[in-house]
Amino acid sequence: MSNVDLSVKIGSLTLRNPIMLASGTVGYGNEMAEFTDLNKLGGIVTKSLSLKPRKGNPPQRIVETPAGMLNAIGLANVGVEVFLKEKIPFLRQFDVPLICNIAASTIDEYVECTRILTTEDTIKAFEINVSCPNVKEGGLSFGNDLNSVARITEKVRAVTDKAIIIKLSPNVSYIAEFAKAVKENGADAVSAINTLVGAAFNIFTRKPKIHNVTGGLSGPAIKPVAIAKVLEISRQVDIPIIGIGGIMDWKDVIEFMIAGSSAVQIGTLNFIDPSAPGKIVNQLEEHCIKNGIEKISSLIASYQL
Amino acid sequence: MLIINSPVEEIIEINRHIYLLKVFSPQLTSIIKPGQFLNIRVTERVYPLLRRPFSVCDVEGNHLYLMFNILGEGTNILAHKPIGSDLDILGPLGNGFNLDGDYETAVIVAGGLGAAPFPYLTRKLKGMKNILSFIGGRTKDDVITYNLKNVKEASDDGSLGFRGNVVQLLNQNLELLKAKKIKMFACGPTVMLRALKEFCLKNDFECEASTECAMACGFGICQGCPIESTTESDRYLLVCKDGPVFNIKDVVI
Ligand SMILES: Cc1cc2nc3c(=O)[nH]c(=O)nc-3n(C[C@H](O)[C@H](O)[C@H](O)COP(=O)(O)OP(=O)(O)OC[C@H]3O[C@@H](n4cnc5c(N)ncnc54)[C@H](O)[C@@H]3O)c2cc1C
Ligand SMILES: Cc1cc2nc3c(=O)[nH]c(=O)nc-3n(C[C@H](O)[C@H](O)[C@H](O)COP(=O)(O)O)c2cc1C
Ligand code: FES
Repeated sequence: MSNVDLSVKIGSLTLRNPIMLASGTVGYGNEMAEFTDLNKLGGIVTKSLSLKPRKGNPPQRIVETPAGMLNAIGLANVGVEVFLKEKIPFLRQFDVPLICNIAASTIDEYVECTRILTTEDTIKAFEINVSCPNVKEGGLSFGNDLNSVARITEKVRAVTDKAIIIKLSPNVSYIAEFAKAVKENGADAVSAINTLVGAAFNIFTRKPKIHNVTGGLSGPAIKPVAIAKVLEISRQVDIPIIGIGGIMDWKDVIEFMIAGSSAVQIGTLNFIDPSAPGKIVNQLEEHCIKNGIEKISSLIASYQL
Repeated sequence: MLIINSPVEEIIEINRHIYLLKVFSPQLTSIIKPGQFLNIRVTERVYPLLRRPFSVCDVEGNHLYLMFNILGEGTNILAHKPIGSDLDILGPLGNGFNLDGDYETAVIVAGGLGAAPFPYLTRKLKGMKNILSFIGGRTKDDVITYNLKNVKEASDDGSLGFRGNVVQLLNQNLELLKAKKIKMFACGPTVMLRALKEFCLKNDFECEASTECAMACGFGICQGCPIESTTESDRYLLVCKDGPVFNIKDVVI
């Protein structure tokens, strides 16, 4: 038994450690549970849910790029109603904070989804996805518009007492402005970053490699961008940050925390090694023991610029 | 599903540019079924980043075989894995072929590397059903008949067997097929499967086809591998989880 305290706080939410699983990279938990003990984790974020089920984009939805991948899933999901009926019973068995990610095409839809989901006790917080690059009606245009992001935050805040995390888009010039706006409108935390817009062509057919033409870039290729965005927010806004982007091992987690993250989310790595998140928790503890770090939270924003 | 390191025992070139990789993996061989696949991490580095999916080609005792050709960096690394090194395998994945059913003769239909899953299926069907194999490829080098039984060959350029594609060859044998109680098992390029579907619908043949799609995870968490269903219009099926084997009638090819 060690005495290392791995717990971190995200607003009103206390996580037993900083390792969360990122939206869209864990399905609804059941497959991941075969590889990683979900009870060991700090939190799980569901695939983006919309009010009604969404079929998503036609294939090809994904393609590998250097040290990363592009995806344009198009927010395929079962919808709020089926989620509550069919997916929650499985997730309820675990003693791990469940965070519901919501994506919508209108502000009203964000509000309606939150209003319905907030009645479910298993759900401890909401992550509002204002930044999906792959859905034409809303997503990116919301995520790029300061006013819309502020209004979504304010309206969602009005219908739930649970923690609200706004997932920010990196596809903006000054991400800190967005963090400031959501804080002012009642958000408890921000997640940064969602995927970066990217594209890839087949040079022989001259056609895009994914059907949607552009997609969201994730994986180790985006880590330096994510670190810079986290740092930008950390230096300018006093709000808990959940760092996301290209985490491949425990060292990346430490780096994100030093740059200003209170917690992190693991995404693309789950596809490659679904047993990694549990191992990373152990390795973080080992690192803390070896380096005399009593509370992992002491690393947050400990950068020496 | 498990993630397991299995030592590479042998890599041999069976046709020009076509490799057979043998690993020792009792944990997998005891549970894997024909038509299921494995997702292989070819390197611990970040390029290639994602695992690469391969059908189980054959199982012999505790030994498992994969069959592949070199397409890009992933398969290039795989073909040059040092003997004795560990292969990082996630599997078994997908549903596999359903061998049951009211038929006497299994008709295997493959184009090019679509032959990969059939040595294992052939092994499992031996003694249970009669087997007829229709195997096609562009040239004689692409017609892969490794460990198959009762093979009829077709090549687009006529360098081996029937000149033409494998569905044309099936058509030429229509009377023979109609005279038997058959079930087809197919795998190959999309154009082949599309023609085969039309052929099966027209002649009322039962057919299970193994399909492909670009994949990120291989086990249902990324939603990256959709295939259109003919029965449900409001959602896609997932090739990795609902498939890769489908009744050819149930999916849009
Ligand atoms: C369920 C399943 C089973 C498979 N079984 C086998 C098998 O038994 N033997 C075998 O040789 N191959 C099989 N494949 C295909 C194999 O996964 C790809 O050939 C491999 O991923 C190529 O990797 P690479 O890094 O060498 O090439 P990459 O650099 O990834 O790709 C080279 C080229 O191939 C294309 N490509 C890559 N993957 C696919 C795909 N899935 N479908 C169509 N085009 C693709 C790319 O667009 C690119 O043009 C299977 C695929 C699936 C989905
Ligand atoms: C296939 C795929 C699907 C995703 N789906 C969602 C989603 O539904 N909602 C969301 O907010 N983010 C989604 N994301 C973004 C991730 O949650 C994460 O922000 C991003 O992938 C960066 O982290 P990574 O580099 O560790 O993957 C998705 C990412 C991938 C790769
Ligand atoms: S490959 Fe990830 S869901 Fe099928």
